[in-house]
Amino acid sequence: MVVSCEEVWREVSNYLDAEVEPGLRAAIEAHVRGCKRCTAVVDGTRNVVRLYGDERMLEVPLGFSRRLHQRLESDMAGSRRSFFGWMVAVAATVLVAGGFEVARSSVFGRPGLRSEHARASDHIPPDMMVVVADNGKTFHVAGCPFIHGKNKLRTISAHEAEQHGYAPCVRCMKKYLDTSARSLADEGDGSEFADSENPGLR
Amino acid sequence: MPVQASPLENPAQQLEEQRRIQRIRDGEHEVFYQLIRPYERRVYAAAFAILRHEADAEDCAQEAVLKAFKHIRQFRAEARFSTWLIQIAVNEARMRRRKERAELVEPIEKDYDRDQEGAYTPREFADWREIPSEALERKEVREKLGEALGSLGQIYREVFVLRDMEQLSIEETSKALGISTAAVKTRLLRARLMLRDLLAPGLSGPWSIQLSFAKGTKSW
Repeated sequence: MVVSCEEVWREVSNYLDAEVEPGLRAAIEAHVRGCKRCTAVVDGTRNVVRLYGDERMLEVPLGFSRRLHQRLESDMAGSRRSFFGWMVAVAATVLVAGGFEVARSSVFGRPGLRSEHARASDHIPPDMMVVVADNGKTFHVAGCPFIHGKNKLRTISAHEAEQHGYAPCVRCMKKYLDTSARSLADEGDGSEFADSENPGLR
Repeated sequence: MPVQASPLENPAQQLEEQRRIQRIRDGEHEVFYQLIRPYERRVYAAAFAILRHEADAEDCAQEAVLKAFKHIRQFRAEARFSTWLIQIAVNEARMRRRKERAELVEPIEKDYDRDQEGAYTPREFADWREIPSEALERKEVREKLGEALGSLGQIYREVFVLRDMEQLSIEETSKALGISTAAVKTRLLRARLMLRDLLAPGLSGPWSIQLSFAKGTKSW
């Protein structure tokens, strides 16, 4: 097999990478032995491959690895922080909501009201004796016509009733309720006070 | 010439690498440091081949490694982790380069960033001097070689860097760059011949005064 200069130039890269068939390899070597120009091409190209293949030709910046690991570490920590932060946010929300509930019920010395529509009053004498039903939501003055579940009535103090979440009956306790509550009741908008025990307020 | 062996030629090491990847997926994130250590240089080299700027290449390499960490679950075992990692670096660098070019008022379209048609004819020089590897101890020699490499079009430079400087196989280079093996070979041939042509005049001309190491004049 005989090859031309052009064929040598076309195959010089594959030749240097030992990626040519043995027949072609022998033909290239035979040609190069008798051709100065192709010798220079092959030797020059080999020189390029050898020089650039040296590790010194591409120097990684000093501290590259350390900075890379620092950034990785920071990113991983960031991911953990964001997860942790999310958990803290959830916990904080729960605490705030819980705190709000506690505040609503305990700061004023009362637990949550049994009826979500009921409103407590601050003006009822705490030692005043009132009547409640176990399954009821409001407390009443004895004899109030709006008492339900009369077979399960018990008498306790107003303070104790409020502690158990009972709200004052807007009828029999009317004079103790605050102005705004009273005005709403007087207007017939008993929504804030309405419950199953006081159907007439609806 | 210090030849760099591919970091994981050993099947046992490849198996260990697969185990590490699984451990990372299972939550042992710290193992990722061990996984990438053999490839840090290659990731940087891939980015540098495209961006030609140290700080940009470093930032790009960091970004590529972070992306690899975040998307480690997407890695498929049939591929080599190193190739996948370099692919990410190449894509990141190419994206940055496109962005840089888009920001230019008048984008510079270099003809040599496209594959050149036809055969390449090497230049004929009266004489040349082989550059011995010892010359690389000298910074100015490395800089001259770096300048020559930098003058190549991107498509030639990225193939040349991965194949000849980072010793990836033709197949790996092809996968990392997303081009055919035939394209890798064509670009590699042209890159090598262009570098040879770029370096030879310097060695026989202005460089020869500076390069006292030069020995043995050869016909060109």
